[in-house]
Amino acid sequence: MVKERKHDRVRLFVRGRVLGYKRSKSNQYENTSLVQIEGVSTKEEVDWYLGKRLAYIYKCKTKKNDSNVRCIWGKVTRPHGNSGVVRAKFKTNLPPKSMGQKVRVFMYPSNI
Amino acid sequence: MAPSKPRSKSRNPLLIPGIGKFSRSKMYHKRGIWAIKAKHGGTFPRHDPKPAAPEPASKKPPKFYPADDVKTPVPNRRKPKPAKLRASITPGTVLILLAGRFMGKRVVFLKQLPSGLLLITGPFTVNGVPLRRVNQAYVIATSTKVDISGVNVDKFDDKYFAKDKKKAYKKSESSFFETEKQEKKLPQQKKDDQKAVDTPLIKAIEAVEYLRGYLGTKFTLRSGTKPHELQF
Repeated sequence: MVKERKHDRVRLFVRGRVLGYKRSKSNQYENTSLVQIEGVSTKEEVDWYLGKRLAYIYKCKTKKNDSNVRCIWGKVTRPHGNSGVVRAKFKTNLPPKSMGQKVRVFMYPSNI
Repeated sequence: MAPSKPRSKSRNPLLIPGIGKFSRSKMYHKRGIWAIKAKHGGTFPRHDPKPAAPEPASKKPPKFYPADDVKTPVPNRRKPKPAKLRASITPGTVLILLAGRFMGKRVVFLKQLPSGLLLITGPFTVNGVPLRRVNQAYVIATSTKVDISGVNVDKFDDKYFAKDKKKAYKKSESSFFETEKQEKKLPQQKKDDQKAVDTPLIKAIEAVEYLRGYLGTKFTLRSGTKPHELQF
């Protein structure tokens, strides 16, 4: 992907934060992560985001496929609670250092 | 398959799945087989079996018998249907591409191809997007529509977009050492097709105020914009 000029960049994803894993008081289930999507604060608003793809993007020291940047893909699966938090499943479980990190919530697969 | 009459409801109501209310002899009477037989002189009407194809004269015993009985897989008769087009996407709709090389660009939808993919064009001179295929899931349909009546898209189908097969490499010493640079030039035919589609489109676009600029601009999310609240 070639990005020619700086102002040609577009943001086609919504920013989100990884809150942690799905858990109870003393047990956690790492196969599902919890994500807080920016601007979403109620369970009804989450409906739009269900099924949308997520990417957890991180940097590494070694180069893979000519790049230091790596990505774990996932999907929004269901709402979590009443306040707009969302459950997400990733292709491989998110690493624990992802807690508090950013996640990109894309607008596809789109249904509009 | 020959068209069959719609089957009427079974005359044998089910008490429990697998157990009908009436016995075989009762059903024989209900179906009226006795009446049909009477009509045809005592026997149920049937036609003669088709003459079987003559067996090929020389049938040699096979040279090889496999040791184990291998089950042949059942042939797959499924024919996938093209994806159902969303009601918001009609020919002439302006779409926003969400991913890929042209993400964020606003393009004009032309038609749905038999594979289910959508045929779109920039138009090329407006925003640099050529005639291209796009999957419905990676597109947002806006409520803006362009008049597409002057455009003829009948000649485009999935075969038009198929990649050219690489020529079979001749394994020779020379080709090993030579780095063959395959010149990938866009054939003039494709350029002409692009022009043919775009010219009537651009006329229709110029007719609407601001539409050309709109199509030239990319869509982006800004701070504070929530896509779930946006009206496209």
